[in-house]
Amino acid sequence: MATDYIVGIDLGTTNSLVAYMQGDAPIVIPGEDGLSLVPSVVALDEKNQIIVGNAARKYLIETPERAVYSVKRLMGRGVEDIRDELKLFPFELADDLQAGEVLRIKVGDRTYTPPEISALVLRQLKRNAERFFGAPVTQAVITVPAYFNDAQRQATKDAGRIAGLNVLRLVNEPTAASLAYGLDKKKNGIVAVYDLGGGTFDVSILKLQDGIFEVIATNGDTHLGGDDIDNLLIAVAIDDIQGDLKLDVRRNGEAVARIRKAVIEAKIALSSEASTKLDVDLPGGKKYQREISREAFEQMIQPIIERTIAPSKQALKDAGLKPEQIDEVVLVGGSTRIPKVQRLVRDLFQREPHTDLNPDEVVALGAAVQAHILGGGSAITEDMLLLDVTPLSLGIEVAGGVTDKIILRNSTIPASATQHYTTQVDGQTNVAIHVLQGERELARDCRSLARFDLKGIPPMTAGMPRIEVKFLIDANGILRVSAREQRSGQEAEIDVQPTYGLTDDQVENMLLESYDYAEEDFRQRQVIEARREADTILAALAKAKNNQAWRDLSADERTRAESLETALIATKEGDDYHAIRAGIDELNQATMRLAELMMDTAVSSALKGKAMDETDFEEGPQAGHPMAKAEFK
Amino acid sequence: MTNVDSNSLFVVTRQSPETTARCWSCGTMRAVHFCSSCGKVQPPVPADYFSFFGFPRKLNLDTALLEKEFYVLSRHLHPDVFGQADEQERAWSLEQSSMLNDAYRTLKDPIKRTEYLLRIEGVELEEQSKQATEKARASGELKKQVVPPDLLEEVFELNMHLEELRMQKKTGEDDPELFEEVSEAKRSLEEKHDALLTELKNEWNRWDESVENASEDGRRKVLDRMVDVLNRRNYIRNLLRDVNEAMES
Repeated sequence: MATDYIVGIDLGTTNSLVAYMQGDAPIVIPGEDGLSLVPSVVALDEKNQIIVGNAARKYLIETPERAVYSVKRLMGRGVEDIRDELKLFPFELADDLQAGEVLRIKVGDRTYTPPEISALVLRQLKRNAERFFGAPVTQAVITVPAYFNDAQRQATKDAGRIAGLNVLRLVNEPTAASLAYGLDKKKNGIVAVYDLGGGTFDVSILKLQDGIFEVIATNGDTHLGGDDIDNLLIAVAIDDIQGDLKLDVRRNGEAVARIRKAVIEAKIALSSEASTKLDVDLPGGKKYQREISREAFEQMIQPIIERTIAPSKQALKDAGLKPEQIDEVVLVGGSTRIPKVQRLVRDLFQREPHTDLNPDEVVALGAAVQAHILGGGSAITEDMLLLDVTPLSLGIEVAGGVTDKIILRNSTIPASATQHYTTQVDGQTNVAIHVLQGERELARDCRSLARFDLKGIPPMTAGMPRIEVKFLIDANGILRVSAREQRSGQEAEIDVQPTYGLTDDQVENMLLESYDYAEEDFRQRQVIEARREADTILAALAKAKNNQAWRDLSADERTRAESLETALIATKEGDDYHAIRAGIDELNQATMRLAELMMDTAVSSALKGKAMDETDFEEGPQAGHPMAKAEFK
Repeated sequence: MTNVDSNSLFVVTRQSPETTARCWSCGTMRAVHFCSSCGKVQPPVPADYFSFFGFPRKLNLDTALLEKEFYVLSRHLHPDVFGQADEQERAWSLEQSSMLNDAYRTLKDPIKRTEYLLRIEGVELEEQSKQATEKARASGELKKQVVPPDLLEEVFELNMHLEELRMQKKTGEDDPELFEEVSEAKRSLEEKHDALLTELKNEWNRWDESVENASEDGRRKVLDRMVDVLNRRNYIRNLLRDVNEAMES
């Protein structure tokens, strides 16, 4: 049982979470700091140690060149794709980056590919889960935006592998949300999921029937989310500062980071307040201050949030449904907290959307449900089955640079298509196939997924070989290709060159490096944490001995406590964390009555509380609104 | 395994010749795609989409029953059910469920269903048109589409109107009369489209009769007529798409 934990992970643009099905309900696993959201931020500290999550956020301001965020927007993309993106994000690419190579981003004096950075976030979540279970975690379900293409999915899967996780399934975020939503509702009907997160937008229409969650249509934009709102507000502020204060802060990383922090806080405040103040300390002692009303904010973001309308209408059209045929609308993603967004959704689907679910957690909770199903399930999930679709059509380039679509978008996955190829020259032994993803007519307007070289075709007269190529999109939405020459029955060898992506060898190398590290790391952390807990309880016990309650115990009770105390002092010097924890538990048990007595006598040295519940958070208090925590220290 | 509808299982098992096989795992007689006794997925056997569902090769199809079968089979074949199974079973599950999804997608749509039937009956409808398209592209010529003779005049006029409408959209002009004429043409095309569907359904009935009577007589003719109806329908559908694009843009 100890190694069978399968967790569900929401690897988000802004925040990431790990969840697990505990009994009949999924729960989010908190980190060491007690918080459930791990900001998807990775930084290098002064000693080149990798810092992830909340602790990494302060580097965004102090040393912006040593920190990265929103890396999800760069997953599975090439230099050409992200040129526009880079204008908005303060990332620098590696100087020696070759054309056609997977992106590498500079962090301090190192470079990392986007899957590696995501892997660092995943590793943090993995550790949080391991800490929670007190056991290694090696299997996970990871969610991706429904509209992610093959390369973006593959990159996410690679990230999982690099982090030492066997990714059992990639689940589309809106679909995962519907799983969490449907778990306790058990209703039949048509559900629309509107998911506007930090960096991506998805809309999915599902039919729920007797536990089957059948996606009918999905659409979206993998570059649309809260980030775009932030970037717009930043641009406005920078213009203001230029105009009013005659200060050009565009090249000043720290100033931009401060502005970013301030506009995010303002954005969040405006979801509940009618107006708020922007107040930013700028370099040179100047201050940028501005009052911003909700009305002005809503007007500014209008063009951004309106970009969700066309994909939503397309999804309805593809599903063959009218808005009034939608029974329920579910909101997912932090950006759906914006009242203006909620009004837009209401107008789109002519229905009051559900806001009772925590839009930050629902995807991770759904991933946990799917993880549970894949692990064999239980009574509560036994009728549940997810039937998802591929968001984009799969095509092949044919003569004239035209895309010939062979699997249409919104086809239920797994889905397959078979194509036949032949040779054009006598004795030809290779055939090249260019695989594309997208809806456009011309190959150059579609996403190039990979070039396949069929090799080892037996030499024959031109046109004689009959090569059957099978394209199969698996349940993760990832393409697999196999080929067979039908006349000779020979399996053709396929050489895949992913257009943007890591090769297996590259992933393997990254994996090995972090794997060695991870195993040792896990053990060491466990030992360190166990020792710290032991110290806490031992110190509390030493202190309690001065208390009247100690003298009120029977001689036997005191002897037992002291012998366990001596034993724990010895055990904690060793590095067997299981033994240390067992010692802590025993001592805890033996001093239970002591703690009660101390409570009774109202002496408030909280021996019990201290030992059983670690409360010394390093990250400050937890705020209700997750985005409100975007506080850069 | 849950929710096994015994009626559904009966349909699947009754029609298919492979039911005599034994489950590779527990050895009992089994349903086609999975074992009705132990639930294990079975190695895929080549089958056309109709027989995959245990249906006769008929074109009038109860889509509600099809959906029900699809759900039942999904519960037994989907990769999620085999999350903890060994690699071989997972591979079979992947292949079986992709086949199931492909079959369902094809059969639930009346046009795709008809086209598929034509293909498995040896009429390569798609190939013909695809080859013509590719040939035309390779030679740089426009693909010549054969205009159904009864539409010749109407299509000629419509294309002129569409061209005008596109020009006007570009220049920002607005001619309600022209718009009305195009709308009228659209309505007429929609009527023709519906009529063709009715015609197609009549051919379905003829086809299904010939399957029931196991008569080879006239089968070829029915197939040829369906090709003809589908070609005309495709032509009209493409025209309608052009009209819609011109009106919306």
